[in-house]
Amino acid sequence: MALLEIKDLRASIGDTEILHGINLTINSGEVHAIMGPNGSGKSTLSYVLSGRDGYEVTGGDILLDGESVLEMEADERARAGLFLAFQYPVELPGVSGMSFLRAAVNARLRDAGEEEVDQLAFVKMVRAEAKALGVSDEMLKRAVNVGFSGGEKKRYEILQMALLKPIMAVLDETDSGLDVDALKIVSEGVNALRGPERGMLVITHYQRLLSHIVPDFVHILAGGKIVKSGDKSLALEVEENGYADIANVA
Amino acid sequence: MVATAETISAVEEATGKYKYGFVTEIETEKAPKGLNEDVIRFISAKKEEPEWMLEWRLKAYRYWLKMPSPDWAKLNIPPIDYNDIYYYAAPKNKPKLESLDEVDPELLRTYEKLGIPLNEQKMLSGVAVDAVFDSVSVATTFRDELAKSGVIFCPISEAIREYPELIKKYMGSVVPVSDNYFSALNSAVFTDGSFVFIPKGVRCPMELSTYFRINEQNTGQFERTLIIAEDQSYVSYLEGCTAPQRDENQLHAAVVELVAMHDAEIKYSTVQNWYPGDEEGRGGIYNFVTKRGACRGDRSKISWTQVETGSAITWKYPSCVLRGKDSVGEFYSVAVTNGAQQADTGTKMIHIGEGSRSTIISKGISAGKSQNTYRGLVEVHKGAENARNFTQCDSLLVGDKCGAHTVPYIISRNPSGKVEHEATTSRISEDQLFYCLQRGLSEEDSVSLLVNGFCKEVMKELPMEFAVEAQKLIGISLEGSVG
Repeated sequence: MALLEIKDLRASIGDTEILHGINLTINSGEVHAIMGPNGSGKSTLSYVLSGRDGYEVTGGDILLDGESVLEMEADERARAGLFLAFQYPVELPGVSGMSFLRAAVNARLRDAGEEEVDQLAFVKMVRAEAKALGVSDEMLKRAVNVGFSGGEKKRYEILQMALLKPIMAVLDETDSGLDVDALKIVSEGVNALRGPERGMLVITHYQRLLSHIVPDFVHILAGGKIVKSGDKSLALEVEENGYADIANVA
Repeated sequence: MVATAETISAVEEATGKYKYGFVTEIETEKAPKGLNEDVIRFISAKKEEPEWMLEWRLKAYRYWLKMPSPDWAKLNIPPIDYNDIYYYAAPKNKPKLESLDEVDPELLRTYEKLGIPLNEQKMLSGVAVDAVFDSVSVATTFRDELAKSGVIFCPISEAIREYPELIKKYMGSVVPVSDNYFSALNSAVFTDGSFVFIPKGVRCPMELSTYFRINEQNTGQFERTLIIAEDQSYVSYLEGCTAPQRDENQLHAAVVELVAMHDAEIKYSTVQNWYPGDEEGRGGIYNFVTKRGACRGDRSKISWTQVETGSAITWKYPSCVLRGKDSVGEFYSVAVTNGAQQADTGTKMIHIGEGSRSTIISKGISAGKSQNTYRGLVEVHKGAENARNFTQCDSLLVGDKCGAHTVPYIISRNPSGKVEHEATTSRISEDQLFYCLQRGLSEEDSVSLLVNGFCKEVMKELPMEFAVEAQKLIGISLEGSVG
């Protein structure tokens, strides 16, 4: 069943069209990768999907679990089960991590008509998830992303994903700024969240992430369009020959 | 990128609704409108004051007549007609109450509406409360309990009659009658307020609290608070204020004096939520307050924490005179302005004693078309060897029609003194807001969370009992469970 359907999606920033008609369907249980050179529209796609202000959809549609999200605000899309792991997670000075995480989880539960989780149960829940991702108690006590290293920020993103249990996760250049060890931990975290009920869209510039998070499908984005799709071997092709050839083919 | 229109409205929502705007229908007795020596005599007589107190008031009044209204603050204050104000208003059927049972039930209901239960049986939090309604104190709770440890907590009008020696010795010793225009006015017409005396070596067993309520129309509130902490004593005192929603401006000119002797500590917290006026700046309280603490003893400590969200105009500089050796002064402030509010607030840290230290943390949040100014003086006197000060002033702007201003004054007359000043001005960034939204938090909750994070260093200084109220006030929920 299709969790995310992107239909002939066109989007602009100001007067400039960045996405020129993107088609992509992600079924439950599938992991898709989008690869592309700088300026191909990768980050724009992630922001358009998640409903960030300043990005205007000028054509097409985005369906999450069968429902169009175009009329939904960013927070509504999030509560409907769309998660974006940021390329550059922003610092929230003074905002306690635990309070933030719990507010997010409870907002999702409230929307789903489920009971909110109390503080004690929540702490237990977080500790269990945090341990697997190497997120220390000390990190949890700090303000959100404040003073975190690049690797810590990315692990914290995956922790949030684990807690929020999205139906559709978009990972925007999760590998950027990670060393080999950190990449391994983050990838393991992501792989643990793969499952039949969830779809994932992994956006990356480099193949190396995809040898850790092995995708079912790979798409090449160039000039605001998907120019080629294939299986994981397509990523290796890019690794060997670069983007130039493929982009030119289109 | 600046915050979006939605962000602005979220903050305005959070700060803009005034829940305490109701009026209590109660019969009152007032002094004739206007200010003259007869009105002062009337007030003094109503309070059954001794002759010396009346003389003190009259002297202050005569002094005030000769003073000009201060105009140095970054405030636009419309002219005030001091003869168009009632200086005394008291609920009828008083004045002497033997117990809470005799308090007008309408008054008790008012305080209940405000979330201040006065009924001692119902009080779970263990906070002793003095409730001041217009010009009189209507009830002070837990007095017997406090008396057992030697603590005096009573209306100041009563203290003038019962403890004249203490009053004569300390009243006006920290804020002299002639200190400024509003302190002189207050000294002439003050009606009630709280008196606290903590004897040597006593740690006050509970939080003390005064709740101020202006109810009557065209009435000023001029309260006076005096807190004395003898050697090695400790007290934490809280004050809260609200007023009905009215179209006219009302004047609130209070004086607060604190005295800390050797090794004594006074923690004074305020949540100020006077009616701020409407969007266009109609109505609201003029909050012109003089608060000062004297660290007279060695190693004494005075700590001011304030959360200022209300009032049309705030003119307020809680200060510390650090006379004692190694004495400590602290000022933690959150000032939120919205709509057409104006605030000019800050502190003065006067270092006189050797090794005296002070810390100033000020967080200003401006929204709407409000103006928010931090004004602070750090002065190191000649004899203040090794005095230290650290000041941090952060301003947060929400929207593009408001203003934030920081005006530090630093005077150092001792080369060993060390004064640090840090200041930042920021906006809630689009990145931060989007991050919160993407996690499923509503725009209002996101802004609350971010603003609250911005104020955290100050909010954590508030006693637990007040922290919750303060967080609500700023439209913020720390744990996602408040509001």
